[in-house]
Order: sequence, then C-alpha cells, then structure tokens
Amino acid sequence: MIELKNISWTTPDGNNILDDVSLILPDKKLIAITGPNGGGKTTLAKIIAGILIPQKGSILMNGEDITNLDVTERAKKGIAFAFQQPVRFKGLTVRSLIEIASGGGISGSALCDYLSQVGLCARDYLDREVNSTLSGGEMKRIEIATVLARKASVSVFDEPEAGIDIWSFAGLIRTFEALRKNPEGTLIIVSHQERILRIADEIILLNNGKVAQRGSGRKMLDNIVSSGNASTVCIKKEAVIDG
Amino acid sequence: MDEITESLLRQISDWDGKFKGAYNIRVDGTCAGRQSSENISILNKEDNPGLEIHIRPGTKGESVSIPACVTHGNVDDLVYNDFYIGQQADVTIVAGCGVHTETGEPARHNGIHRFFLSEGARVKYVEKHVGTGKGTGIRSIDPVTEAFLEKDATLEMDTSQIGGVDHTVRETRCTLSEGAKLVIRERLLTEKKQNAKTNFTVTMQGDGSAADIVSRSVAKDESRQEYVSVIIGEAACTGHTECDAIISGKAQVDASPRLYARNEDAALIHEAAIGKIAGEQILKLRTLGLTEQEAEEKIVEGFLS
Repeated sequence: MIELKNISWTTPDGNNILDDVSLILPDKKLIAITGPNGGGKTTLAKIIAGILIPQKGSILMNGEDITNLDVTERAKKGIAFAFQQPVRFKGLTVRSLIEIASGGGISGSALCDYLSQVGLCARDYLDREVNSTLSGGEMKRIEIATVLARKASVSVFDEPEAGIDIWSFAGLIRTFEALRKNPEGTLIIVSHQERILRIADEIILLNNGKVAQRGSGRKMLDNIVSSGNASTVCIKKEAVIDG
Repeated sequence: MDEITESLLRQISDWDGKFKGAYNIRVDGTCAGRQSSENISILNKEDNPGLEIHIRPGTKGESVSIPACVTHGNVDDLVYNDFYIGQQADVTIVAGCGVHTETGEPARHNGIHRFFLSEGARVKYVEKHVGTGKGTGIRSIDPVTEAFLEKDATLEMDTSQIGGVDHTVRETRCTLSEGAKLVIRERLLTEKKQNAKTNFTVTMQGDGSAADIVSRSVAKDESRQEYVSVIIGEAACTGHTECDAIISGKAQVDASPRLYARNEDAALIHEAAIGKIAGEQILKLRTLGLTEQEAEEKIVEGFLS
C-alpha cells in the first residue's frame, strides 16, 4: 500500500503543481489518476517513483517512509515506472532491457511471455535494438513489458496511451484488462483515456494540484466523461478495440 | 605456452585450448604453432616477415585464425599477412592482436593485412585488439588493412578495440569491383590518456557495389579519438558511413565522415553524432533497479556490443 501525506511540489519557477495532496493507494487494485493537463498527474506519478522529490509531505510504502529514497532504492523496494515517452538506446537490445528489468537470470520462455503479453513476438523483437528503428507503438509495448518483468508490488504507468496508433492502443487495453484480472500488485495508471478509466477499480481526479474527486471507477466515470475530463475514442476505434 | 599468452589468446580469438580450423599463432614475432587444412594453406612469406594464406575456391564454412601476441615490453613486432580467397569461397578469418607489458618498456604490434577476394568470395573478418598488464609501458597496435574485392565478392569486417591499448592508428583501405559488398563494424573504447585514430578509405569502382561503415566508440577520461571515413563513389554504387561516439570526462573526439561522388549514380550518405550518455537513459535503467554507475556501464556495454 502506498500512502501519500500532504504532498506538495512546486516547479523551480514557482508554479504550484501539487498542493497538499493526501491519498491512500490500496494493494491489488487498478487505480486511474486522471484530470486536465497541468493538473499534476504526471508529477504525482514521478513522485511515487522517486523521479521527483516533494518539497513537502511524505510517502509511505507498507508503512515505511520512503520519501528520501532515490529512484534506484525505490525500484529495489518494488516500485516500477513506465515512461510516457519511452527512452531509446543505441545498442541495448529488447532482450537485455527485459533481462535488466527482471533482475537477471531470466529464462527464454519468460522473456517470450512478457513480450507476448504486450502483443509482440519474441522471435522478431528480442535481438532488436531499442533504437529509432522501432515505432512509437512498439516502444510503448516494450516499455510495458519491462514493467511487467519487474514483478513489482506497485507499477506506475504514465499516460500509456500517449503517442500510439490505434492497433497498439487496442492491444494496450487488452494488456491492462488481463493485468486487472490477475493483479500481482497495485497498478497506478495516469490516463485521460475513457477506455482505460473504464477498467479502473478506482479513479482519482486531480485538478489544479489537488484531489478534486475520488471514488469507484463505475461511479466516477460518467461524471468525468460528461465534464470533459476524459477523452473518448470514436466508433471506428471502438470497433478495433472490441474486435 | 605461458599464462599471459593463453590469456591474450582467449581475449582476441576463439581459442579455448585449441582452434577449430586452420591457424597460426604468432608470439613475440615468432611462430608458436601452425596448422593448415586441406582447403586452407598457411605459408611463410618470402619477401617479408609474415604469412601467405591461400583459401581454395569453393571452400565453405571453414575458418582460419592468426592471432598475434606481444607478451612483454621492448618488443616492436611488424608482420605482413596476405590472404588470397578463391572464387565462391565462404570463410571466417579471425586476426586478433594482444599486447602485454609490465616492465615500463613499450610493446607494439603492427599488422599489415591484405585481402584479395576473388569473384563471388565471401569473408567474415573478425579483428579484436586488447592491451593488458600494469606499468607505464606504452601498448601500441597499429593495424593496416587493405582489401581488394573482385566482382560480387563480400567482405564483412568486425573490428574492435575494447580497452588497454594506449596508442593506435588504424588504417583501412578497400577497393570494390562490380557488385562487391563491404560491411564494416568498428567498436572502440579509450580511457585515461589513450589515443586512437581511425582512417577508412573505400573506393567503389564497379556498378552495383555497396559499402556500409559504422563506427561506435566510447571516449572516457582524457582520451582522444579521431575518426576519418572517406567513401569514394566512382560508379553507380551506394555508400553509407556513420560515426557514433559517447564522450565523458575530458575526452576529445573528432569525427569526419567524407563523401566523394565521382559518378551521378553514386548514392552516398554520412552520419556522425557525438554526445554524453543521455540523462533519461540512466534514469530509465535506474527505474529498473540499477545504480547510476551500473546504468552507465550497461549503456556503454550495449553501445559497444
């Protein structure tokens, strides 16, 4: 369980992005964090992963204060983070990235499983470099595969739907649906996308750096969509996703 | 064979107590072992120190290893090796070099290799260079590679120098006839006050010839690297040269990819990029549980692999 207590974060030029945010994120739930651009979603996700350190407040993980632990230390505690814009590496292969994520000593069949969960064939991808020859959709899937390989107790996904094509998006929804059925830990997804919010156990609406609303997914969804705080997909896209 | 020689052989060749195919082991300027095969004959050169290696036409799937080791200081080894590869042969040639010195005296190996590829021949050429040992003695390796590719011949050259060599000047010159293909992959690591110069010159004389030269290097500490790659297109040909370098500390890297088009149907491309490791790459690997130092090591290892 992650507990955020009175978290505040301000940009170096004085913009207040998070203002006294307190939240409890329970185990084995899919929790979506949504809200308008600039509302503080990505900042909150990065604060959980240790990429940003809050100026005020504290973060507890299963009761232990992890506020001052850096990114590596939090990763070792079991927090995984999927970047909104996955990083490309010249030379590092998909295989080596997933091996690093798994902590080493991973079997060939496990490597294959992680890639098939994100809709990629290991034979085609394991020895490819994670470089500019991969499309945005492929990068996103590999990014998610690295998070799956972590077997983390808390996995944070920052706008997984950003910058991907419709086919990759359809696969992404299926991946999260499968994860939700067999949750190995807490899933925290920062998203605008109604199709992702639809599968969340809980939705947290952040606005102007504060928690504006929070509740069960079903209860919150209609309000959020009607207030324009979530993006819907068109009928054609729906057909692909459901297809 | 002493421990130093065995250690160098393991690092620069596929030696695991023995070689699979034909071989010649050169240690401190003398022959420490030789084995020809039915299709690959290794002979002493008559005009200079070194070897003549003849590979029969049609030889498939065989390999020849000619590692050279300098195991102590005060050695300046110069060797001329010529390879004649017969028509339609398809072979692997491994020509590593290791220099070791502990005494404070310099150790140098200068290997001049010429490859004559007959029509349709295919060669994979693997060249690994290392320097080992303590002390201030300068470890130098100055290879010269010349290749002449006849019609439809293919040379794939995989050359690396991963650590320990204080000074190197690497000269590579290739001439391609009609339909010939050249692929070069170079990997270089320099650190401390090491110095490395690489010069590639490829002349494409025949229509349909192609060259692809990619160099990846890492320059650390106060080391210096200079990369010059010249592709000359004299026919309807395609050429690509790329230099990618990671730089850190007070290292210096100069990169000059050059294209000389001498035919309107020559299609030539060059790329060069020099920069430090991106902060976001380190951050990504830290989110996977690596420390900053481990992340840097992984990125360099992957970049040079």
